[in-house]
Amino acid sequence: MELYNLTAHELLGKIKNKEVSPEEIFLALKKRIKEVDCKVRAYVRADKSEERIRESKNPKTGLLEGIPVSIKDNICTDNCNTECCSRILEGFKPPYDATVIKKLKEAGAVILGFKTNMDEFAFGSSTENSFFGSTRNPWDLERVPGGSSGGSAAAVAANEAILALGSDTGGSIRQPASFCGVVGLKPTYGRVSRYGLIAFASSLDQIGPITKDVRDNALLMNCISGYDPMDSTSVDTNVPDYTQALVNDIKGIKIGIPEEYFVAGLDPEVRSVLEESIHKLKALGADFKEISLPHTEYAVPVYYIIATAEASSNLARFDGVQYGLRVDKTRNLIDMYKNTRAEGFGEEAKRRIILGTFALSHGYYDAYYLRALKVRTLIKQDFDAAFKELDCILTPTSPTPAFKIGEKTADPLKMYLSDIYTISVNLAGIPAISVPCGFTKKGLPVGLQILARPFAEEMLFRVAHTYEQNTCWHKMEPKI
Amino acid sequence: MDYEVVIGLEVHLHLNTRTKAFCGCSTEFGKEPNSGACPVCLGFPGSLPVLNKTALDYAIKVALALNCKVQEYTKFDRKNYFYPDLPKDYQVSQYDLPLSRDGFLDIYLPDARVKRVGIHRVHMEEDAGKLIHKDTVSLVDFNRAGVPLLEIVSEPQMNSAQEAYEYLTVLKSIIQYLDVSDCDMEKGSLRCDANISLRKKGALELGTKTELKNMNSFKAIKEALVFEIERQGGLLDSGKQIIQETRLWDPKELKTISMRTKEEAKDYRYFPEPDLPPFIIKPDKINEIKKAIPELPREKMLRFIKDYGIPEYDAKILVSSKKDADFAEKCLKEFPDTNKKPVANWLIGPLAGAAGNRACAISELRISPADLIGLIDLVEKKQAISNLTGKSVLEDMLDTGEPAQKIITEKNLAQISDSGSLNLIVEETIKENPASVNDYRCGKVNALMFLVGQAMKKSRGKANPKAVQEILKRRLADA
Repeated sequence: MELYNLTAHELLGKIKNKEVSPEEIFLALKKRIKEVDCKVRAYVRADKSEERIRESKNPKTGLLEGIPVSIKDNICTDNCNTECCSRILEGFKPPYDATVIKKLKEAGAVILGFKTNMDEFAFGSSTENSFFGSTRNPWDLERVPGGSSGGSAAAVAANEAILALGSDTGGSIRQPASFCGVVGLKPTYGRVSRYGLIAFASSLDQIGPITKDVRDNALLMNCISGYDPMDSTSVDTNVPDYTQALVNDIKGIKIGIPEEYFVAGLDPEVRSVLEESIHKLKALGADFKEISLPHTEYAVPVYYIIATAEASSNLARFDGVQYGLRVDKTRNLIDMYKNTRAEGFGEEAKRRIILGTFALSHGYYDAYYLRALKVRTLIKQDFDAAFKELDCILTPTSPTPAFKIGEKTADPLKMYLSDIYTISVNLAGIPAISVPCGFTKKGLPVGLQILARPFAEEMLFRVAHTYEQNTCWHKMEPKI
Repeated sequence: MDYEVVIGLEVHLHLNTRTKAFCGCSTEFGKEPNSGACPVCLGFPGSLPVLNKTALDYAIKVALALNCKVQEYTKFDRKNYFYPDLPKDYQVSQYDLPLSRDGFLDIYLPDARVKRVGIHRVHMEEDAGKLIHKDTVSLVDFNRAGVPLLEIVSEPQMNSAQEAYEYLTVLKSIIQYLDVSDCDMEKGSLRCDANISLRKKGALELGTKTELKNMNSFKAIKEALVFEIERQGGLLDSGKQIIQETRLWDPKELKTISMRTKEEAKDYRYFPEPDLPPFIIKPDKINEIKKAIPELPREKMLRFIKDYGIPEYDAKILVSSKKDADFAEKCLKEFPDTNKKPVANWLIGPLAGAAGNRACAISELRISPADLIGLIDLVEKKQAISNLTGKSVLEDMLDTGEPAQKIITEKNLAQISDSGSLNLIVEETIKENPASVNDYRCGKVNALMFLVGQAMKKSRGKANPKAVQEILKRRLADA
């Protein structure tokens, strides 16, 4: 067993007992990255970036003292490249730290200077839309790690990250966590500050932890959660100690199974793995109930209107004026805009910008954007009603296990359906976690998703932790 | 043909908050380019806006002073368009749920009529940066980006260039009373666009309008409107159509020129700003702000007329700026006579003149209300010095900051009023001017004034002219 195989809470114990030093951990991780990242390609710009970002000199809490944390390429780190894996942000070094980075530094964490790979601007479900090329799934290097936080999930799965941060707009933490057999949480909207997260869709985006087990996930949440006066959408409520929720007990917990999530399109192997997990949870004392979330079928179309509309506006600032790429051949303003954006954005980014621009255009706004907002409210109300008598809801995280690289790139609609089970959660603003729950015959990980009411992350941690304590899926490691 | 002119005005106002609308940067004007900008107002990736609560309070204050209904539920929207001075390539503004609507402003027409102009809406937004074009390059200064702006949109209810001018004058005076903006058009802290159309007298439907931009003073707005009324009228007279378009005022050529037509108008793709949740303005908040609104110019003017018995003309001038009105009120109040008219005369006359010469406000002159009253009292009531001497004493007071009495004593300017001295002067004057004495006695009344003038000259201006005249009259009638 090497240091990089350990979880953060195990390493913290060893640091405390003076068995290892943070320096030894960092060097072990560095060695591991050197060994396997040429195959996994979870990190970008490893050759060009600083290896680690100067830690805070006076950590306030010391909760993560000496623990390395890997950061997705869309979370700003002061004076250190943050490019959203897009050519248009080539060379961009933000002049400030995202709030989550500040908090991690205060907790004594070691921030890796090179970032994890992602779909350009988080547009995608496979990391194939990265300007730097696709990350590989550590369980099968021919397959995608999921996306958009594919780099973070693959790094954790391949033991080339101890802890990682991702961002989740429609499933971008949970789906790759499920594809890579690790734990990923999308917190309640407003739980974690978005300040410094380069926006995809502002009303849906949340930063969240991707970790080897549930305890590490709770630990990381303790460090990054909380109200931020710099983010008007963050919520000023008390942050509990999430590790207190890690009890091995779910007796009497009421779990709903939505019929709309177990339909045609769900891979039979994924279904049977899920069914086994449900049996397991039943055996551990949970009460299951079949429920209906009737507006589920509208989630994908509603999402692709709202998310692209917001994205079209959020990405307007990448115009070649202030930072990033500028292509100015003719010294004419409009041409500079056109050429910069034509050369700077990838195909999927262009597709979404055009979709979103269309949805907001005069004469179409009411039919698309406004109607989507209304249906979004209905989807949220489905969950409000369900949680009146439930503690949580259980679903598959993704309808399929990891697919082959190139398998869905030709058909964007097929790709979009990979997030069919994760999107509603973002539209409703509720928290959800994906935990490993088994493998397909080909040895690909499957994830189960647990959903709870707003700010009930403790419930997610409790159920996920109990499940984890009574299974061994999280202990499995890919051979690379 | 006889047309009715219809004008609506859109005024953009910088709020004079210490910091910008959505970040902590200073709003100070005239700093080194781009020294007053941060990741938020530069629209850097990942940055987020946080509303400046003072800006909101100021906006509510203006809305209430303009008799608008402040909406309980309001939100921000994004107005999307590409331009290099707009850091995010969208402007945070308000679209379908503005802060306030349905207010009005009373303006005073030359024939003493009061006209009520409706205020359609008052909403908040952020300003953009400033482009500077130099030879072959264009530079952008983002110091102004994110400065809080109020947009005040009138109803199309003004019917002449003069009415538009009056509207702006009254609006500016109210805003300055509220102390929420310096309303300086040269610094760009007040900007105004005008929508104007003509229709046949009595017609119900509005004619096709043009939007006028680039006017840098109230005078320019008036000139642009006068030009546009002529231009549109001429087109209509010759049976031509008005094209709906935006036109720029050219202050050198004194004409408007076409900038873009409706077909080229942009689609701003407004949608709710997801980075700023909608907010609720509670009635308590509105009441609190309402209480903090000072007496506004119109009310103050009416009160000055009532309390101090001065004419409306005087009162209107005295209230045009709040600081000067406060100064004037102290003087009016403390002047030890029931007749306050002399005080108004001094303020509007010599004081305003002196302020004009020194390019400052009356309240900024180097004289206290008490000293001014002292001077007026010496001239008007005690008649210790003549009016003319009074004016020169005032100049000395403004230069030295000394009270009037001290200057009069030091310079020995006190008026000669004792009959002994005056009789002596009069006797000498009569002796030295026999021809004029004869003229007067032959019925040439004007000769008397000449003799008074000669007597004054003899006394080096210090003789009390009224007393001199009386004595002269008496002496000349005697013989």
